[in-house]
Formats: sequence, structure tokens, C-alpha cells
Amino acid sequence: MNFDNNLPIYVQIGDYLKKQIISGKLKEGGKLPSVRDTAKELKVNPNTVQRSYQELERESLVFTQRGMGTFVTEDKDIIKNLKKGYGNDIIKKFMEDMKTLGFNSSDIIELINDMVKEEKDV
Amino acid sequence: MYNTDNIVEIKNLTKRYGNKSALNGLNLSIQKGQIVGILGPNGSGKTTLIKILAGILRKTSGEVIIDSHNPGIDTKAIVSYLPDRNFLYEWMKIQDALDMFKDFYDDFDEGKADELLKFMKLEKDMRIDGLSKGMKEKLNLTLVLSRKAKLYILDEPIAGVDPVARDQILDAIINNYEENSSMLITTHLVRDMEKMFDEVAFISEGQIILEGNAEGLREEKSMQIDDLYKEIFG
Repeated sequence: MNFDNNLPIYVQIGDYLKKQIISGKLKEGGKLPSVRDTAKELKVNPNTVQRSYQELERESLVFTQRGMGTFVTEDKDIIKNLKKGYGNDIIKKFMEDMKTLGFNSSDIIELINDMVKEEKDV
Repeated sequence: MYNTDNIVEIKNLTKRYGNKSALNGLNLSIQKGQIVGILGPNGSGKTTLIKILAGILRKTSGEVIIDSHNPGIDTKAIVSYLPDRNFLYEWMKIQDALDMFKDFYDDFDEGKADELLKFMKLEKDMRIDGLSKGMKEKLNLTLVLSRKAKLYILDEPIAGVDPVARDQILDAIINNYEENSSMLITTHLVRDMEKMFDEVAFISEGQIILEGNAEGLREEKSMQIDDLYKEIFG
């Protein structure tokens, strides 16, 4: 994992973990690696990783069992909402880019439909 | 009174060599349990500062308090210091170096040293003069981290080592960092090390010109510490 943008490290680690939850690499109800193991893997100060975990907990994406560790939420709706949020962000950015290029909404839908058809054909 | 949350408190510290000052009224405090990065170019006063904390150089004026003591015998017992160059005799074997540390320091933990040597892929019968620069650095760090100190002071721990050794060194530092000890690390290789720091302090011409929580500075300036470093010193 590279930390190359201008956001604080804890935000970037949080983002990385969220993507792992969305993609199912971290399963619902599954255990997160310990703070220290994550710190080692990413070569980051353990206090920073701790803060990322706390942020995820604040957003109800993970919960901590005393003495057991940190686990991904078992609430499917929370994960679904997270996934939808990420998807929306990508689409919003895509729409802005397309409109900058001069496409209107119906042009965009047509292009996407063509693209989906092509994918099916392959 | 001193703030007991701090392991180190430095007030108005000055060090002069003849009529040239290396430290110029420097102020800095280090909280217990934190990893603090001292960032600055060559000649900014980093090593002078560290040598005063390690009890090797004497201050000209100002105050230095480490765990409520002035630098001296008391503080040498609780400060574990990694100099910026190899401090072992070339004729030694690694075993000799281990024995020397065991003799010198009551807090030396042999079990920890064995563990770290294994992790660094170093053997006790290797001779120091047969080690590469990266291996020497790894050995020096192994010895320093094997003490159960309250304050670890690492002067340029990754300067001039290859990327594999660098990663091993960073791993060893993270692995051996404990919440009840503190670390002070100097570096000019900010990009490689900035993720390790709770706090950073920028040093220039013997003074701290900017300090703060690393994440706080990233948030406030909207840039990584490495970019901030380039902006300040570039």
C-alpha cells in the first residue's frame, strides 16, 4: 500500500480497510489483523493504525470484543451502504469528467449501454 | 515543576563549539510512549542535540531533563542510543558485541537479542569486519533495541542501507516499540520514515522551527510530511 496522496495516514488506512470489507477480502463478522500486525505490514506507527480502527468503529463498520480483537460488522446493510457510497462517489466523478468532455446525460447512458452489451458478448 | 507525562524536556538549550553555535535556544518536549521524528538537513544540529541527550556532549547553557534527571549516569541507564555510525570494534564477533552489551547494561535482554538477530538473519559467529554496511546497521540496531530502555534515541537508522535492510530495520523498530517507552529518531530520509512518527519536529540552525502531531500537520497543510520538509528546506 502506498501513501501518496495528501490525506492523513489514518484516513488512508481506513479507506484501504473499507475497500477490503466491501470486496469481501475481510468477511462480515471476520477478524481484522491485530493493530500491531497491520502496523508491521504497512510499516506505520501502531498508534496511527489504532486510530483508523477507532474511526471504523465509530462508523459501526467494525466492533471490538474485549480481549478478542476487532471484527467486521455482521450487519449486511451497513456494508451494502458503504459499498453504495463508494460506487456513488466513483459515478459522480465519472459524470463530472464526461460532462467536461461535452457529453450529456443521455449520451452517457447510451455509451454505458453499448459498453455493457459488448461485455456480455465477450 | 516538570510535566511528568514527558520523558524529555528541553528548554532554551544552547551548544557552542568555540564561537560557533550548533544549538541556539532550542525547546522541545517528548511525551512518554511516543515516536518523535527530528527532521532537518545535514548541519542543522540533529546529532549535537542527540549527543547531549545521550550524555556524550555537555550543553553550554539551558535545561535538559530526562525522566526528571539531568543527562549523566542516571540517564545513561535508561537511554538506549544508536549513533549514526558503527560503534563496534572491527575485530569483534557478534558474540563479543553481545557480551559487551550484557556487561555494560543491566537492562540488556538476551532473549530479545537472539530473537532480533534471527529476524535480521545475523549469526553470532560472524565477524564485524566481514559485515556489509547494512548488516552492521542491523547489528547495531539489534543491540540498541535489546535493552529495556525508557527512551530509545536512533540517529539516522536507515541512512545508506539497501531497501531490504531498510524494511527490516523499520519492521524491527515497529515490533519493538512499546507503549511505555519513547523513541526519538533523526532522519533526512523523510519519505521512508514519516509513517512511523507520532510527532515531528523540524530543526534548522539549531532551533526547532516547526513541531506538531504528524497526522495533524498532514491535515492542516494538506500534504505529507515529506512534501512539507521539501517546502521548508527546499
